[in-house]
Amino acid sequence: MATKASRSAARLMMAPAVILLLGWMLVPLIMTLWFSFRVYLPLRGGDQGWAGFDNYIRFVTSSAFWPSVQTTLIIVLGVLAITVIFGILLALLLDQPMWGQGVVRILVIAPFFVMPTVSALVWKNMFMDPVNGLFAHLWRFFGAEPVSWLSDASLPAIVMIVSWQWLPFATLILLTAVQSLDSEQLEAAEMDGAPIVKRFWFIVLPHLSRAITIVILIQTIFLLAIFAEIFVTTGGAFGTRTLSYLIFQRVLESQNVGLGSAGGVYAIILANIVAIFLMRIVGKNLD
Amino acid sequence: MARSVTPRRKMINTTAAWAVGLLIFFPILWTILTSFKTEAQAIAAPPIFLGFDWTLENYSVVMERSDYGRFLWNSIIIAGGSTILGCIIAVPAAWSMAFVPSRRTKDILLWMLSTKMLPAVGVLYPIYLLFIEMGLLDSRAGLVVVLMLINLPIIVWMLYTYFKEIPVEILEAARMDGATLKEELLYVLTPMAIPGIASTLLLNFILAWNEAFWTLNLTAVNAAPLTAFIASYSSPEGLFFAKLSAASTMAIAPILILGWFSQKQLVRGLTFGAVK
Repeated sequence: MATKASRSAARLMMAPAVILLLGWMLVPLIMTLWFSFRVYLPLRGGDQGWAGFDNYIRFVTSSAFWPSVQTTLIIVLGVLAITVIFGILLALLLDQPMWGQGVVRILVIAPFFVMPTVSALVWKNMFMDPVNGLFAHLWRFFGAEPVSWLSDASLPAIVMIVSWQWLPFATLILLTAVQSLDSEQLEAAEMDGAPIVKRFWFIVLPHLSRAITIVILIQTIFLLAIFAEIFVTTGGAFGTRTLSYLIFQRVLESQNVGLGSAGGVYAIILANIVAIFLMRIVGKNLD
Repeated sequence: MARSVTPRRKMINTTAAWAVGLLIFFPILWTILTSFKTEAQAIAAPPIFLGFDWTLENYSVVMERSDYGRFLWNSIIIAGGSTILGCIIAVPAAWSMAFVPSRRTKDILLWMLSTKMLPAVGVLYPIYLLFIEMGLLDSRAGLVVVLMLINLPIIVWMLYTYFKEIPVEILEAARMDGATLKEELLYVLTPMAIPGIASTLLLNFILAWNEAFWTLNLTAVNAAPLTAFIASYSSPEGLFFAKLSAASTMAIAPILILGWFSQKQLVRGLTFGAVK
């Protein structure tokens, strides 16, 4: 039914969205690329000329770089492991027949709707405060010495806060996938005497593999960019400076735009490697 | 894969699921409870769960002291404005891709998605600089535009998947019955598209409300929304648990309620139709 006229009308209808996104992508990207090759210190003399690959080399050779890569990896892998494993278990549990299923679902999903600054601050002060936090009370109740979570165990603390925020997302998506599982196949396996572990390993897990992949890819993209959780809890101190936080500090706090932009280019490349895999899966699903 | 089970098994399921659900929800519950305590009771040892003197004092203190209304208003304007603006731009685009698909539609959709993957920190300074040049720093208009742009791919995607589900046969039937293009749009398509558009608006309002990278970095005083308001409690006011809780509860309550209505859309919107 698509005539020539309707085709050009369609193109016109698409134009604003395409042009805006193209501008939003290209303009800052080109600027970041340009700055990354300049000596650019806005507060100390501005743009001081061509730098070649100096910024790129300095960024990866600075003493803060490898620790930040390590921190990023620990946070991303830690949160992924926790949310995927508990997400699967929780999805399987929520799929069972029970009373009040709808309400439980709501309780489990709720953390996803809490704004990041709120969850970070609530965890930091009301739970992890070494004097008045709920964990400190709990530790003292069992006769243990309260832990200064955000300074002595800063990475586990941040992993825990971020996992709490993302567990609902993983659970919800995995639950959607679990619900599409053919129960007859499971029942047949049960009748044949397959133990629960085998049923899980050979039927449930393969069925969930696609959903798990998607959860991992989408979460990785968001987790590489977490900001508010670190901004309000430790401000990057106590070994919690991730790669994105390091770039943020280089650009806005120490106003070394050239160096920060080189870091930004690394971050963009890294995110794109993950994105390519995600796009392949999504693209396949479009056909 | 719901199956029938024995009542005993159902009892065990129920207990286990409720226990886990309450555990996950507990930080939110605790925040809401603490917001009704006095400061002394909020840090009492051992902690008081329910047997405290319920008070609304914290709410009035937070509202008076910190100009809460202004932050709330900024949040509403920024989240609402960016969502509505995004929809105005996305509806025609998604519409044309769903009903007049071309060979390149799939590529365009995937490319739009890829812009969402661009790490914000990588383009922080250019945006910051452009904002200064254009006088948009710390303005609501600037944030409306930025949040609209970061959510535009999701809006287009969600609308596209909804529009795709509208059967083309209905359009053809209407045309056979002599409906004009205007009638077709107004009486046939719009009623079928409204539920999808409403869910899209809802989810994107939530995402924009909670966005905490650009709202923290591009605002100072005038345009700061609730994310920044809470971040200002970081220290030392954050140690006043009851007031922190009252401020937090006010920031999250509207979205929690809206969020519960959008569970289903969440899966669709955030997995780009890859999980159904």
